[in-house]
Amino acid sequence: MSHDRKTEEKERAILEARHVTKEYPAPGGRTLKACDDISLAVVRGKTLGIVGESGCGKSTFVKMLVRMEEPTAGEILYEGKDIAKLKGEALRQSRRHIQMVFQDPMASFSPKMKTIDILTEPLLNFKKIKRSEKEEKAKELLRMVELPDELLCRYPHSMSGGQRQRVGIARALALDPEVLVCDEATSALDVSVQEKIVELLVKLQRERGISMVFICHDVALVQSLSHTVAVMYLGNVVEILPGSKLKSEALHPYTKALLGSVFSTHMDFSKKIESIDSEPPSPVDIPAGCPFQNRCGRCMEICRREKPLLRQIRPGHQTACHLYRP
Amino acid sequence: MKQAGVFLKKNKSFAVFAALALAIVAVAVFAPWIAPYDPYEAVMTDAVQAPSAAHWFGTDKLGRDLFSRVIFGTRTSLAAALFLVAVISVFGTMAGVAAGYFGGMVDSVIMRISDMMIAFPGMVLAIAVAGIMGAGIVNGVIAIAIVSWTKYARLARSLVLKMKNRDFVAAARLTGSTTWHILWRYMLPNVIPTLIVTGATDIGTMILELAGLSFLGFGAQPPVPEWGLMLNEGRAYMQTAPWLMLFPGLAIVLVVVVFNLLGDSLRDMLDPRNE
Repeated sequence: MSHDRKTEEKERAILEARHVTKEYPAPGGRTLKACDDISLAVVRGKTLGIVGESGCGKSTFVKMLVRMEEPTAGEILYEGKDIAKLKGEALRQSRRHIQMVFQDPMASFSPKMKTIDILTEPLLNFKKIKRSEKEEKAKELLRMVELPDELLCRYPHSMSGGQRQRVGIARALALDPEVLVCDEATSALDVSVQEKIVELLVKLQRERGISMVFICHDVALVQSLSHTVAVMYLGNVVEILPGSKLKSEALHPYTKALLGSVFSTHMDFSKKIESIDSEPPSPVDIPAGCPFQNRCGRCMEICRREKPLLRQIRPGHQTACHLYRP
Repeated sequence: MKQAGVFLKKNKSFAVFAALALAIVAVAVFAPWIAPYDPYEAVMTDAVQAPSAAHWFGTDKLGRDLFSRVIFGTRTSLAAALFLVAVISVFGTMAGVAAGYFGGMVDSVIMRISDMMIAFPGMVLAIAVAGIMGAGIVNGVIAIAIVSWTKYARLARSLVLKMKNRDFVAAARLTGSTTWHILWRYMLPNVIPTLIVTGATDIGTMILELAGLSFLGFGAQPPVPEWGLMLNEGRAYMQTAPWLMLFPGLAIVLVVVVFNLLGDSLRDMLDPRNE
């Protein structure tokens, strides 16, 4: 049964990473492993959330998905075709299917371009509109992200953070992509604005049937909008499970630790906010065995020798931990 | 019109030096109308006369009117310097932008060539190039161009390097911008203001270098009215007819100072920190 389910899932996957690894050369002839053998799938019309602390490789991973970086090894399949090795014009043509919303909306716009030019540049790049249609199309995009028309001739620095991020979303959606990648798209914003942006993203996803990859270090936010959540630690995916069950069914000690460290105004203050002791090891020399071993409260003998692989616990839930060996 | 007035009022020093620079350009353009005599006309009976009402700056050893020659010299120097700055700034910028943006092999090749040029003192290399190609104002311009483009290449390269890893360039690439489009719409506009300032400041330097080359006999050849050459011609008479060196020298100082200060005021004006 699990086999059938797997093939079915693969058929529905619109974007899939298979055994993707990214290494960077580090000083002293060593290598920095930013992503280690990652396999994740984005299901059509659904959201894949990726959580993990700073430096866990989640940004590197999405940079490979949108082909800002080339993987050292592995495949990235879009609609079943490998896009990891595309170059030149073929790569440019493939870009229109997968678009990205950047973390810092200010940095992601040229300070010398007006909103109208920012929004229509992608369309002009692919010759989807004529120059004479710029204004009309830009207004349409602004309306889509619930912004007034008068922002058309503004420069990025004269807009608020929330407005800028909406423009960023409008730009990413201008090409009508199948997949939208949000790399910490809300982290640079105020909490009140954050909520509005997330609402907008969810609404747009429903209306247009786009698939999303949502990166965030805020566990609560990720679980609220992701159908599937992947937890990353030190370049590895340590657990994959349905977003709705993140709180109740998480098994991996790192996922549990992340959940325990959530802080919110609605929480029960009688419970202690857990923090994870010490720092993750440097990705330049990752120890043998489990990447989480030095911070894990339930570390066993085997964890120091053998690296645990993702193993299916139940349909849709995989975890990489020796505690849950069959 | 009103806006231009406000602009000039806000940038007083720029207004002053721009007016002076324009005056110098006007002198070059209208030289035939300003100069009282033909700068090439030798009147041997009037040779080496001191400044007088008839010959304001006196005459040289062939009896040519020095004032007319200095006025016509503006044409030679300014045309050569402007052409030179235009060529090296365009070529240097293109080389630098390409080196910075593409990196790798392209960067190594362009920057090693530029290192080679910088390793020699500019003037010495220019003399060598002019010596090999033969003396003449055109060859002088080529010689100086070969040794001077590196400054623009390095500047453009560093500006591009600072920019090319910015998020908005990544975003442009992600939304399907071609490399050409990124270079044209993103890299160049950010490089050009700095290079205009450098170019304006360089006009003075270039006039000086050209005059130097001519003075040494590798630039303009007689009987062309050129300030450096005129200085050299007057050198032999320095004791008896100091005006032969004084007036071309003053012309060089004046023009170089005006263009340097114009460059400085332009820099102050375009400096983003002043906005």
